[in-house]
Amino acid sequence: MAATVTTTATTTGKTWGGGNEPMGASYGKMMMWFFIVSDALTFSGFLAAYGFSRFKFIETWPIADEVFNHFPFMHGVDAPMYYVAFMTFILIFSSVTMVLAVDAGHHLKKTKVAIYMLLTIVGGFIFLGSQAWEWKNFIKGEFGAVETKGGSILQFVKMGENGKYERVALADFAATLPTDRVNKVRSNGIWFEETAALPTYSVEEVKEGLKAHPEVLVRTEKIVKKHKEVLSREESLKRIEDATIVVEGANLIRNEYGHKLFANFFFFITGFHGFHVFSGVMINVLIFFNVLLGTYEKRRSYEMVEKVGLYWHFVDLVWVFVFTFFYLV
Amino acid sequence: MAHSHESNTKRIWTVFGLLSIITIVEVILGIAKPASLHDTHLAQMNLLNWIFIILTIVKAYYIMWAFMHLEGEKSSLRWSIVAPLVFLIIYLVFILLIEGNYVFEVFGTAHNYKWIF
Repeated sequence: MAATVTTTATTTGKTWGGGNEPMGASYGKMMMWFFIVSDALTFSGFLAAYGFSRFKFIETWPIADEVFNHFPFMHGVDAPMYYVAFMTFILIFSSVTMVLAVDAGHHLKKTKVAIYMLLTIVGGFIFLGSQAWEWKNFIKGEFGAVETKGGSILQFVKMGENGKYERVALADFAATLPTDRVNKVRSNGIWFEETAALPTYSVEEVKEGLKAHPEVLVRTEKIVKKHKEVLSREESLKRIEDATIVVEGANLIRNEYGHKLFANFFFFITGFHGFHVFSGVMINVLIFFNVLLGTYEKRRSYEMVEKVGLYWHFVDLVWVFVFTFFYLV
Repeated sequence: MAHSHESNTKRIWTVFGLLSIITIVEVILGIAKPASLHDTHLAQMNLLNWIFIILTIVKAYYIMWAFMHLEGEKSSLRWSIVAPLVFLIIYLVFILLIEGNYVFEVFGTAHNYKWIF
């Protein structure tokens, strides 16, 4: 037991006698800070790399408001930001319950610590669920697009009633042509090859659909005066000839939102953060059971709660930056 | 713990209020995107983005100082944590963003080849 409690050692006048606490922090707390500083630098590296790629393709980078505009039970409604704002609140609030648990720990109030830890865990699960939903929407996509032979994404718009261009889904205008496209799977493929699932429409169907619908125009990746550039009807028909692949949703190779790196960074950075949240929840569960079992009550010290609290706040801290650089800026 | 702790609940809820207000302001600005801020540039970045980044750093300060309780630690520990982070992150971001911008200009000025088209 004594080995795990470093804070009870008397340190007066015995610098090298063991039990010394440099900078007034116990061994465990100091190590947690070591970890947090290095992990913070890792995340900074990711976000700086994201910034590098974004600056490199600053004129063609997707506009976040147009990508993340879903809200549960509001299908088809353009709701930018609300959902991530909700996720941010969940995480900030679970940080508050965590720090309340630490505070209760200082007063050795076991029941209070347990209740606040439980609330923190619930918050963590809600955040993870929200992120899963966000990923689902991102991967599924909403409108579909085509990729040109030069690797850029062409999306489709029409003039809306309010005088602004609005997005058109492939399903709304693509023609239906007789096709002999076969989705090769292992059972009918050559050797053991199988291909990725075929998109709903072929490039030919999109081309024919565009020709048949005079109101539909092509929107390119290029940003002109803070908006994506929309081509004229003639230019649209000319540009669509470059199309090679129909893109629906997002994967690690291409996505319907724009530059390929956009989805890659999204998956990697929010995924890595989500992994941290998941580990945080698991560690919180562990500590929660220790609190219930009275482990810290016996030690007369709830410092473990404080240490996992540090990690949990760090996860919140990272999200604050991800929120800014992925959704706001 | 030998030394006694006062209850900090009031401070915690104040900080929660502050963080919430900052987040709400960010969301409102992010949706409204006032043209006066969005189109005015300061040091190659529009004012809206400056506001977002400054508010983010304010939020980070409150999370680290109040929630992670750096305000109660010794200043030597505080500096050991904050100084390397601030220095290394500014250094990294400065280098990568300048370089990213340079590559962008190369793409823009080199007319003999196309990158993504």
